[in-house]
Amino acid sequence: MIAGIFLQSTDFIDAAYIVAFGLMIYGMSGLTGPRTAVRGNKIAAVGMAVAVAATLLRHGEFHGSGTVVLIVVGLLIGTAVGVPAARNVKMTAMPQMVALFNGVGGGAVALIAWVEYRHGFVPAHHPPATGGWPLRAEGFELFGAIIGSISFWGSNIAFGKLQEILPGRPIKLPGQAVINVALLVVAVAVAVVLASGTHSELLFIVGILGVSAVLGNMVVLPIGGADMPVVISLLNAFTGLSAAATGLALSNPVMIVAGMIVGASGTILTDQMAKAMNRSVPAIVAGGFGGAVGAPVSSAGETEGTVRSTSAQDVAIQLSYARHVVIAPGYGLAVAQAQHAVRELERALEAKGVEVKYAIHPVAGRMPGHMNVLLAEADVPYDLLREMDDINPEFPRTDVTLVIGANDVTNPAARNEPGSPIYGMPILEVDRSSAVIVLKRSMASGFAGIDNPLFYDDKTSLLFGDAKASVSEVTAEVQAL
Amino acid sequence: MDRLVVDIAILVLAGFVGFAVISRVPNTLHTPLMSGTNAIHGIVVLGGLLLLSESSGVLEKVLLVIAVAFGTINVIGGFLVTDRMLGMFKSKEPPTPEETAAAEEEAT
Repeated sequence: MIAGIFLQSTDFIDAAYIVAFGLMIYGMSGLTGPRTAVRGNKIAAVGMAVAVAATLLRHGEFHGSGTVVLIVVGLLIGTAVGVPAARNVKMTAMPQMVALFNGVGGGAVALIAWVEYRHGFVPAHHPPATGGWPLRAEGFELFGAIIGSISFWGSNIAFGKLQEILPGRPIKLPGQAVINVALLVVAVAVAVVLASGTHSELLFIVGILGVSAVLGNMVVLPIGGADMPVVISLLNAFTGLSAAATGLALSNPVMIVAGMIVGASGTILTDQMAKAMNRSVPAIVAGGFGGAVGAPVSSAGETEGTVRSTSAQDVAIQLSYARHVVIAPGYGLAVAQAQHAVRELERALEAKGVEVKYAIHPVAGRMPGHMNVLLAEADVPYDLLREMDDINPEFPRTDVTLVIGANDVTNPAARNEPGSPIYGMPILEVDRSSAVIVLKRSMASGFAGIDNPLFYDDKTSLLFGDAKASVSEVTAEVQAL
Repeated sequence: MDRLVVDIAILVLAGFVGFAVISRVPNTLHTPLMSGTNAIHGIVVLGGLLLLSESSGVLEKVLLVIAVAFGTINVIGGFLVTDRMLGMFKSKEPPTPEETAAAEEEAT
């Protein structure tokens, strides 16, 4: 009996919460290296389990008829949906999976805020002396409701675009930016009205949840495929912040810490992504790709040179007699499902004594680090994957660089042509290697719609065709040599 | 000290911890990092659990059950998918003796 009372005491639960967020932080710090990451993730999951268990121990948690059943139903539905989704998702579909998980998190915040609102608020500085509704700060609640709702709807739109249910190209209305700002102003104004004492559930639903929902849709719809990594990252940060706000409203330390850490990490990632693409976050949010860049003209003008087409056999010979080969993969590789074929080619070349490395641009793929996961799935050891800053000094010593399904991230215009829309964007400097082979489906330009002088370079040859078929062909030729 | 002030102090410190820990994560692991942190904001499930016992009326209970289900999807799905991804990252070098020992320990 006494033990039971102790386990339900606030002190014990607070202590369990501290253990929980300690485990989460420790687990996250394991993610700094591939060797410790698996364990780190598990430790963080244990932290989460401790937090949930402590919450269920709370005195009065099962107060009210049927609460146990409802809790179990909620947990079971979540497990039944979450487990198969996580087990079966393809690695190429990871961005939309993350978007979806992010969206439901934001949705949970918005729903919780709604229920809290229905119960009215106790001012932050006067918590009820005994029991009662554990609400304090109306402002945090409204903030959580706005951000959570934006995140829910925005993530769903991002999911739809990545899953190609919705068209990937930007969908824009005239004056979109003005409308978005106006919507945000309306939501904040309603929040101020509600926080200053007006109690109206209708106003909360329409003015907070509804307006934020429209805003979430409007912000993400105009954003094109290339900017999606930044958007997902940003929405991830948003959901984290909204979870922290809910934690503040409920005065729950583990929610505050966990939510804020996600907010911080999402902010860092968003910033890094945007830098790697030479774009500013406000410009991305203000309008789809192209909106800020302007017309996709080939500003250089002198790129009308001729391209040199090559054959799989020539490529095989070139690669087999090289000493250092670098493979620069882009999203085109993932679209063609060519990861495994590339790994075969790498093995065939290594069997001939060729040293092969992979050059990974930070925005290769559809989300930060996506290409690394795709190659890891194809059993490429992570030691062979080099980050942009590590591999760039090595290109002058590289005999052949094989560019597969990458375009803008290898465009030397980013370095050489101040007039180019992507000028200043950090790139893989593949053009500094002795020879470049580009695998391309056609001469269509990349997402940015910018011409790539690399293709017209004298030392560049192009192998046209589907990436997977081309790579397999080259591999067969290499093995036959 | 007011509880709110303490909570805001926790918030600020957690922000700095987040920046410090996450800045050291290499690009290679950014996708697992994103799905892992994604799982962590599923902590909102606690909000649903805390409120459920004190809610009244069908609407509130329905909203909270959905919230708990959403939060659970977020947590379980996020951690599982991160685990799956991280399991794929393999080194070319043979594992160190400590790692072999750890793996054996795990197997038993």
